[in-house]
Amino acid sequence: MDDSGLTAVSALTDGVRRAAYREVIAAGGAPVGRDEVAEALGVGRTLAAHHLDKLVDAGLLEVTYARRTGRSGPGAGRPAKLYRATAAEHEVSVPPRAYRTAAELLAEAVERAGADTALFDAARAHGTAEGAGNDVGALLAAHGYLPSPAGEGRIELRNCPFHRLAEQFPPLICGMNLAMVRGLLEGSGLDRSWEARMDAAPGRCCVTLADSKNKSD
Amino acid sequence: MTGYHLAQFNAARLRAPLDDPATAGFVAGLDLMNALADRSPGFVWRLAEGPAGDATTVRPTEPDVIVTLSVWESVEALRAFTYQSEHLDYLRRRREWFVPLGYRASLVLWWIPAGTLPTPEEGVARLRALGANGPTPDAFTFRAPFPAPATTDAAPPAPLPARPA
Repeated sequence: MDDSGLTAVSALTDGVRRAAYREVIAAGGAPVGRDEVAEALGVGRTLAAHHLDKLVDAGLLEVTYARRTGRSGPGAGRPAKLYRATAAEHEVSVPPRAYRTAAELLAEAVERAGADTALFDAARAHGTAEGAGNDVGALLAAHGYLPSPAGEGRIELRNCPFHRLAEQFPPLICGMNLAMVRGLLEGSGLDRSWEARMDAAPGRCCVTLADSKNKSD
Repeated sequence: MTGYHLAQFNAARLRAPLDDPATAGFVAGLDLMNALADRSPGFVWRLAEGPAGDATTVRPTEPDVIVTLSVWESVEALRAFTYQSEHLDYLRRRREWFVPLGYRASLVLWWIPAGTLPTPEEGVARLRALGANGPTPDAFTFRAPFPAPATTDAAPPAPLPARPA
């Protein structure tokens, strides 16, 4: 068995390092410097760099170099070492279980049977049962979406909790996801102020939320 | 620049005729989606016949099965239009208007020499081949794509529009 998942997860046992990882992930793919992480965590930049480099060793982050000022040529200074999340997913199951394979097979079967609507209905009911609270950001964060404000009255979701499956079965899984987000809003009563819509774009979840008061259509 | 383009063929079985209220949502989005395809990066050609300028009159298999047939510069270009545009929400609603085709797949992709055009009959044959053999370089899917055939160095360049010297 491949131990990369275990290596990745073990690298996150240290609390400071876990916080550093969350800080980079929250940037949603944008490279983050050690100074920003140090400041956010309230630790020294040497300690921040140490943890960031350990996360690179574990395959959770990757390094890029860029001149932060956007200048180039003499006088622009050395490129800064920046960190961003890798595309790799890590899964640890003890004992070994293969839920992803099961999910792929189920998705394939639903697609062949044309039972999309049954899946959407189940997802909406699940979301409604899970929906609670009155803070839309906290609600979405609790379900793994990494919500991020994107302009006036609009929220983008930096993480797709179903990423791998959504890439393989976009209409089915993105439709399921939209139904679930709508359910979460309904279950918590937040549907009175927020509206979820399909708004596909690369690099983030296919669903975005708009403040109902700023409805454009 | 590759000497090959990607051909796409899709078949879908209507729940009801196109003048029935049950398919009104599909008909309402058709022109928008065709216009979106036409202006998408990497779009080359799509089948459009009849007075409406779309492919809904083309029925190469059964009377209730409609098709789309198009040509794109790359798998990535077609994927961006299909799954990363407003088209995704249209696709999400497919079961409101269509029932399962009964084949193993409803969409098939294959490579064609740039400058040539595929036919609906070829699309049907490719879809049947995909159903019988699974994905191969001759008939594949987004989930199991194949690269374009290697272009030899001696391949003639695509003709450029004439321009004043």
